[in-house]
Amino acid sequence: MIDVQHLTKRYGQHVALDGVSFSVNAGEVVGFLGPNGAGKSTTMRILTTFMAATSGTARVGGDCVFEQPDRVRERIGYMPENNPLPLDLRVADYLGFRAELKRLAKRKTTGRVSEVMEQCGIEDVAKRFIGQLSRGYRQRVGMADALLAKPELIVLDEPTSGLDPNQVRSVRRLILELAGEHTVLISSHILSEIEMTCDRVVILHEGRLLASGALNDLMAKANASVIAEVQAPLPEVQQWAAELALGQAEVAGQPDGYVRCQFAGAIDGSARERVFAAANERGWPLRELSRRAPSLEDLFVSLTQEREEPQ
Amino acid sequence: MSVFRALVRRELSAFFQGPTGFIIIAAVMFLIGLGFLVVLSGLNGEATPMPVTQVFYGTYFFWVILLLIAPVITMRSFAMERASGTYESLMTAPVGDWQVVLSKFAGALIFYMILWVPLLICSVVVRFYVGESAVLGLGTMFTSALGILMVGCLYMSIGCFASALTRNQAVAAVSGFALGAALFFTGFFSYFAGDRTDWLSQLARHISLANHMESFTRGVVDLGAIVFFLSLTGLFLYLTHKVVESRRWK
Repeated sequence: MIDVQHLTKRYGQHVALDGVSFSVNAGEVVGFLGPNGAGKSTTMRILTTFMAATSGTARVGGDCVFEQPDRVRERIGYMPENNPLPLDLRVADYLGFRAELKRLAKRKTTGRVSEVMEQCGIEDVAKRFIGQLSRGYRQRVGMADALLAKPELIVLDEPTSGLDPNQVRSVRRLILELAGEHTVLISSHILSEIEMTCDRVVILHEGRLLASGALNDLMAKANASVIAEVQAPLPEVQQWAAELALGQAEVAGQPDGYVRCQFAGAIDGSARERVFAAANERGWPLRELSRRAPSLEDLFVSLTQEREEPQ
Repeated sequence: MSVFRALVRRELSAFFQGPTGFIIIAAVMFLIGLGFLVVLSGLNGEATPMPVTQVFYGTYFFWVILLLIAPVITMRSFAMERASGTYESLMTAPVGDWQVVLSKFAGALIFYMILWVPLLICSVVVRFYVGESAVLGLGTMFTSALGILMVGCLYMSIGCFASALTRNQAVAAVSGFALGAALFFTGFFSYFAGDRTDWLSQLARHISLANHMESFTRGVVDLGAIVFFLSLTGLFLYLTHKVVESRRWK
């Protein structure tokens, strides 16, 4: 569905995208992951024909986004970053207008508009001005617009930014609903967002492709950590932690006599068992033992390290 | 075609969804009324060999309205969409760049023509009292309307161009005003030209908007003037299109 080769975008001196290549198959839900300024929005703007790349090629459904922008536009439903909407229109009127722009047959327009409004849960605000709606509703209006023409590819730039947890959950549910029928591309800088909705992720960092693939495979490379809190004198715990050899250990005394150890690095499935057994052996009280899943930050750290090491 | 119609309708509705359109209409009605009062008091009881349209034009209210109001009409066309970001969803819908440019131009032009309806009403009132005289014939009314339309095409295209260059509406209005005023005042060089026939004087006469407009209000349709207005309009629309397109090669 999407095929991107060596995409580069420069704004004057600043390089926003640097030779990014990836592809997305039809029907996949793919997450674009990266910190702010990684090049996610730039890539999306190029894919949706809003702007051109400095070099490289991008194809959507086989059509080049530079040479056949009209055909690409008919294939996509796009919600840009910050979901811009005209505040002076009523929800239903706006969607009707968008349906006309997207060349929906006139007799089908009304039916389709109410269909997407129902799907996105905005029927009850159909007659309200967009300017009067809360952020969560506006976000759903933007998504309704993206779905309107039943596009093959739906591109959502930060669909959950600025929403409260309930709204985030409803947007997530909507994305999962779309999964079967459409190819979906979502961007986010929050790992858990992507984790729950996407089959695959493309990770960008400073305009470069860090990794792409199934999220689980990538996460396996990232360092999980184990946290243990034991009651023992600090020097002894330091030595004990070093002997355990579970990657890098950070040991810090707590005010109440406990010592907190964080092991990061060589963590596998049996790491917690070993920590427990070792603490037991010494007869130290253990009040916490947990595994912390790697965060996006950890993933970035391990991916960037992996990238730099061979050099 | 239906896409184009939807875009024009959206442009027009934007004027009337908020107070903007009504404020502009009120301001223009006031100025037209004032201009007409001046005409009527000048005509009072005296016979005039000139058509009323030409007398009204001679008060210069026409140019005041045009120069001040035209940039206000067009300032929001592109600048506002850019500022609010809706430009991005517009330009990624299956809509061509030309369709967007022409619809914004057409929307502004239609609104501009609506502004002159009060003048038509004033003329009808005068016609009612003076009867079918040479003073206000249908012919001069028609050619004056044609002149207003021609000048409108030019100024709306200049305004769209100015608006496409920026995301700030105030900047769009000021630069549109500057361009329009510069073009208008350049035409005054034709006064220095007098009867001379060198190329510079001829050029000065040719680019004098005031001269062209005056002949329209006299009831004269000069094909050269129409070509002049339409070609400049075309040029500015072409430039606007280039600016819109430039996002894809910058």
